[in-house]
Amino acid sequence: MTGYQEILTDPSYAGQIVTLTYPLVGNYGINDDDLESDRVQPTGFVVREACDAPSNWRSVNTLDGWMGEMGITGIQGIDTRSLTKRIRSGGVTMGAIGDDLDELHHVLEQAKAYDETDFVGKVSTKAPYKWGATGKESVESPDPENRVRLVVIDCGLKFNILRRFWRAGSRPIVLPCTVTAEEVLAWRPDGVLLSPGPGDPRRLEGVVSTVQGLLGKVPIFGICLGNQLLCHAVGGETYKLKFGHRGSNHPVQDLRTGKVTITSQNHGYAVDAASLKGTGAEVTQLNLNDGTVEGISIPDARASSIQYHPEAAPGPWDSRPYFDEFIAQIRSGK
Amino acid sequence: MKVLVIGSGPIVIGQAAEFDYAGTQACKSLKEEGHEVVLINSNPATIMTDPGVADRLYIEPLNVDFCERVIARERPDALLPTLGGQTGLNLATQLSDEGILEKYNVRLLGTPLTAIRKAEDREQFRSLMREIKEPVPESWIIQTEDELQAILDIVPYPCIIRPAYTLGGTGGGIADNKETLWETGRKGLKLSMRSQIMVERSLLGWKEVEYEVIRDNKGNTITVCNMENLDPMGVHTGDSIVVAPSQTLSDLEYHILRTASLKIINALGIEGGCNVQLAVNPESFDYYIIEVNPRVSRSSALASKATGYPIARVAAKIAVGLTLDQIENQVTGTTKACFEPALDYCVVKLPRFPFDKFASGDRTLFTQMKATGEVMAIDRSFEAALVKALRGLEVKTKDLSHPKFPPMDDEELALAVKIPTDERLWAVAEALRRGWTIQRVNGLSRIDPWFLHKIMKILNGEVETSPTAYKMVDTCAGEFESATPYYYATNEIESDFVSS
Amino acid sequence: MAKDTVLVLGSGPIRIGQGIEFDYSCVHCVWTLREMGYRAIILNNNPETVSTDFDTGDALYFEPVTLPDALRIIEHEGVSGVVCQFGGQTAINLAEGLTKAGVKVLGVSAESIARAEDREQFEALLESMSIARPVGSAVRSLEEAVQVAEKVGYPVLVRPSFVLGGRAMEIVYSESHLRSFYSEAESANPGQPVLVDQYLLGKEAEVDVISDGVDTLVPGIMEHIERAGVHSGDSMATYPPFSISQDLQAEMVRSACEIAKALEVKGLMNIQFVIKDYKVYVLEVNPRASRTVPYLSKVTGIPMVELASKCMMGMTLAELGYTSGLWTLDPSETEAPKGHVVPVDEVATANLEPVLHAVKAPVFSFQKLAKVEALLGPEMKSTGEILGIDFTFEEALYKAFVASGINFKGDGGVLITVRKEDKDAAVTIARSVVAGGREVIATEGTAAAIQAAGLPCRVVKKIQEGSPSILDAILGGEVSLAINSPSLDEQAGSHAARVRRACIEIGVPCITSIDTALAIARALDVFENPQRSHCLRLEEYFRGCVVTS
Repeated sequence: MTGYQEILTDPSYAGQIVTLTYPLVGNYGINDDDLESDRVQPTGFVVREACDAPSNWRSVNTLDGWMGEMGITGIQGIDTRSLTKRIRSGGVTMGAIGDDLDELHHVLEQAKAYDETDFVGKVSTKAPYKWGATGKESVESPDPENRVRLVVIDCGLKFNILRRFWRAGSRPIVLPCTVTAEEVLAWRPDGVLLSPGPGDPRRLEGVVSTVQGLLGKVPIFGICLGNQLLCHAVGGETYKLKFGHRGSNHPVQDLRTGKVTITSQNHGYAVDAASLKGTGAEVTQLNLNDGTVEGISIPDARASSIQYHPEAAPGPWDSRPYFDEFIAQIRSGK
Repeated sequence: MKVLVIGSGPIVIGQAAEFDYAGTQACKSLKEEGHEVVLINSNPATIMTDPGVADRLYIEPLNVDFCERVIARERPDALLPTLGGQTGLNLATQLSDEGILEKYNVRLLGTPLTAIRKAEDREQFRSLMREIKEPVPESWIIQTEDELQAILDIVPYPCIIRPAYTLGGTGGGIADNKETLWETGRKGLKLSMRSQIMVERSLLGWKEVEYEVIRDNKGNTITVCNMENLDPMGVHTGDSIVVAPSQTLSDLEYHILRTASLKIINALGIEGGCNVQLAVNPESFDYYIIEVNPRVSRSSALASKATGYPIARVAAKIAVGLTLDQIENQVTGTTKACFEPALDYCVVKLPRFPFDKFASGDRTLFTQMKATGEVMAIDRSFEAALVKALRGLEVKTKDLSHPKFPPMDDEELALAVKIPTDERLWAVAEALRRGWTIQRVNGLSRIDPWFLHKIMKILNGEVETSPTAYKMVDTCAGEFESATPYYYATNEIESDFVSS
Repeated sequence: MAKDTVLVLGSGPIRIGQGIEFDYSCVHCVWTLREMGYRAIILNNNPETVSTDFDTGDALYFEPVTLPDALRIIEHEGVSGVVCQFGGQTAINLAEGLTKAGVKVLGVSAESIARAEDREQFEALLESMSIARPVGSAVRSLEEAVQVAEKVGYPVLVRPSFVLGGRAMEIVYSESHLRSFYSEAESANPGQPVLVDQYLLGKEAEVDVISDGVDTLVPGIMEHIERAGVHSGDSMATYPPFSISQDLQAEMVRSACEIAKALEVKGLMNIQFVIKDYKVYVLEVNPRASRTVPYLSKVTGIPMVELASKCMMGMTLAELGYTSGLWTLDPSETEAPKGHVVPVDEVATANLEPVLHAVKAPVFSFQKLAKVEALLGPEMKSTGEILGIDFTFEEALYKAFVASGINFKGDGGVLITVRKEDKDAAVTIARSVVAGGREVIATEGTAAAIQAAGLPCRVVKKIQEGSPSILDAILGGEVSLAINSPSLDEQAGSHAARVRRACIEIGVPCITSIDTALAIARALDVFENPQRSHCLRLEEYFRGCVVTS
């Protein structure tokens, strides 16, 4: 019901048309802070009602004004609940926004299927950078003492992941998704993070082989797409969900403690639990709604991952302790 | 297990039908789990006192004497105190204090009394908040008139007076000066069951936001819903126009407040439902914790209906030891109670006041609740929901026009916009109709400009509010199929139906 | 085959005069309809209630209870019939519009509702059955009102028509009073006539009956403790009557049966009576569920809404196992309520020995409402109610008082200040108070009467007589209970009003009706010996006595 600005700047939505179930969007306007990347990522935005008179002390623009500046197409006045139900029963589908039906059909026929596009390559950073107290820093900038060196393989990062890892006491070093295992190790990482990102993990053979090259050599932590990449790295399989997990209210149960956490999610693919048999990886967390895999662990390789977004933005902060836990694990050398 | 449930007794302002709803749900919920329910309630006009809702029904006065007699006769194993409003909770506290529960070996279910005391006793609550670093407004606990006298010169005015252990904020008020503080404070001391009042910094004009949260004994916590009061701080939430979910908070602000609310119920050790009220600075990230109700309340009834999430039912199950992941989500029939409802509509609650009967009554609203009831409206826009709520309120007017205000001169109207009364909404509408700027009306009323813009749109006839379709309340914004035929009307192209 | 869909209209927001009782009736109606195999759907907009719990009906429409909203749902759902009887005035007000729109209104026709609510039609109806009513008429101007008042004689009851809960209703004692009040009554329901009636200061009673259009069952008669002048919703109502002769009870049962038949009521109907000089007058007839239905259902064991709903759907009372007449409880050997129907002609002579006594008492919220006058009158002020039930009248009274928050606050005295008409009653009360070992405190006039009867009494000054006054006694905590009956011409904001307000502010119960005070005096022995009362499950009272096992 909140979080449209974060969603619109989340690289995991690259190439997608996003619709929100909450009908009133843009109520608190657009501010300068709640950006998750440098640009608007989805290609289209569908809402019931876009607020033209937002009210919030941080607001500097309206939703419509900002999208216009960013050159992104949006449409309002749509019965988004009907649309949601259609997606629920028919699954995610290709779409186009416009006012000429014939033209839209034509565009859709010509368009490349979503699964065939390499969105990760498009959204990943082109050059390495570091993250500091105030945001991006050049790779030459000196590293503060006593911070865990965390190499982040950027498949479509959200800034809030870097903010949270910085606060947890690490020095994030962000590398493009094309990086090799040797290149990663050359940065002398204390740990490696596999970031979230858009699209089908099966397309990312390069990143998967990088992960394979790192497994066992350095502690690895994966978030969202990172979870699926880790799965593939040990030989597991992923599959496409009918309509994915989106939103800020997904209950996830940790099988080790029985405790349930409300999580923020955004993924269209999931790890196939059966495929992990004999790979050394084990399922650690499950979605309470549909029983899908929400977290895996490879104890022997000091690698683990979760399918949801502990960094939230948007969404609940209940799984924020993960950042501290991962950094603490690295420090303890376990 | 044999469980004693204490009902909420007669309907009074601050404790109305919501406790029949909650109590009935709780009795059904306990019986579903195989427990035997003993009920005591003095109110015959309730479903919960129907034969068959409880296993053993006592329609007897709600006081310690009769409760003890019921306990002595029935020898229940346990007492569930958090579903009968403040009356039920106060009685349970008295029974515990007087050693009656111990004498008959009756165990308390749900949120422990110590947690309830921590939430309700201002001093204990403040020290807990200090411990977990959650901000509370500066305040003073006063137990005698001498203590009251001593703070008259230190308190920042305006200040708020809140008596402890009362119903719906009875006897509280706002004081602009020493004299009023003295008067209201003395009255509050007399009305408090514990002769205790709190005097605190006034946060008039801040946004008031509530979170309905649930925690189980394993420490799982969820937010059922948050709500934003259209009337800023200073008006009892029962007397406020309330909107769910909040409309003017960004995701960051929403989760700052949500996180604070969950932190508090974890610190308190709540086992069941809880309502957390917060004041939010409209110009910064600052907030204060105002109040915590460690029980099922009027707000939770509203939240249940607004989201489709049956809080009382779930709270009763938690009280007998179930955890959120073990309880089914009745609405979808396919998911668990351990989730946060997603709304794809806007809910507006309007309070219903008794001033049509009490022409001489003081219509000014503050921390003492005056409404006898409320209506709720659901729609896909705030405008449509507000228009719908007004249509169903059954007062003199069915829309945003009110004969009282057009004849007023600007000075009078400014006062009517500034001072919260049961009729302020209509005064605000008149001011906007006169062409006053949003800024001016906001300056007077402190009502968030977002709401004022929306009211303006209604006045300008810009919004289509006549329904054309029926949509479902399904707890999940359409993400899952729902088995519950709970509908509202709206102006959309397609209706929902329960698939059979 | 698809089930017929029936729409049950809810009662909207809780307000004074239309409370939770109506939700109770709506819910029971829905349950009954579902049990009968209908698809019962609910329209209501009150989030606090059981009726809007999403598993109460077969579907819930959370929408305003208005005609256009109802019509839209009726069309959308293909509703075959609508129930307006249980949702208070909110629902019954839609009956006419629904009928005009061609919708089938179940149970009672819009025509019958008009016959009961429209002044002239109602008079004609009672006339045709030789049933007495206070004389008066509907007027459309002040001058007309003055003429009527002169004809029937003061005091007169002045009120707007078609308004629930006694809003803008007043007992008017003089022409000047009438002239000052008339506009308020007129503006309460603009365009509708104002009713001016002879005001009979007598005993009040009421019945809720179930009828199938031919036969009529009277589950019980309730007698009000407070005499006419206090709104029925603010009165303590006892079941069975404690001081009405069987002849008069028979008269009420006969009238009820005749009226129900004449109005062709299929379902519930409430009738209010006043008894003056051993004669029964009908005050008001409401062909719908009233606020006493849940109370009476519980203490008589008759599932009133269930029976009424079945009658509404076409079943007869005979099919349901009942006949015309007055239901009378018999001592039950089991815990199931047991009783028999006394035919109309036998009510006067039958054995009506009560099995149990029940007293419904109102509960007010005056503490929440600054500046509101606590004085009871024809306009309803209570927000809720409680039930006291026991084997004797005194015990039931005691419970009703205690449960409604009327109990002696501490060991202080009982303050009695009454108008001159009530002096005799004051003496009776003082006698009980003294016998119970409490001090009597009174202002000069009342004190003189009490002392003249040879009873001890402390005299305090009136407010205007200076300090230490009656107000100081209250605020100083010397008073545990106050009895203050206002004089008939008392003005708002008077000294007496300040006394009552002071009581409310510091939490001392203040009784403003001398009849209520007499009832307290009657129950005083139980107040002093609470263990005399019983504490039993509801069903156990149907046995008629405590069974020791």
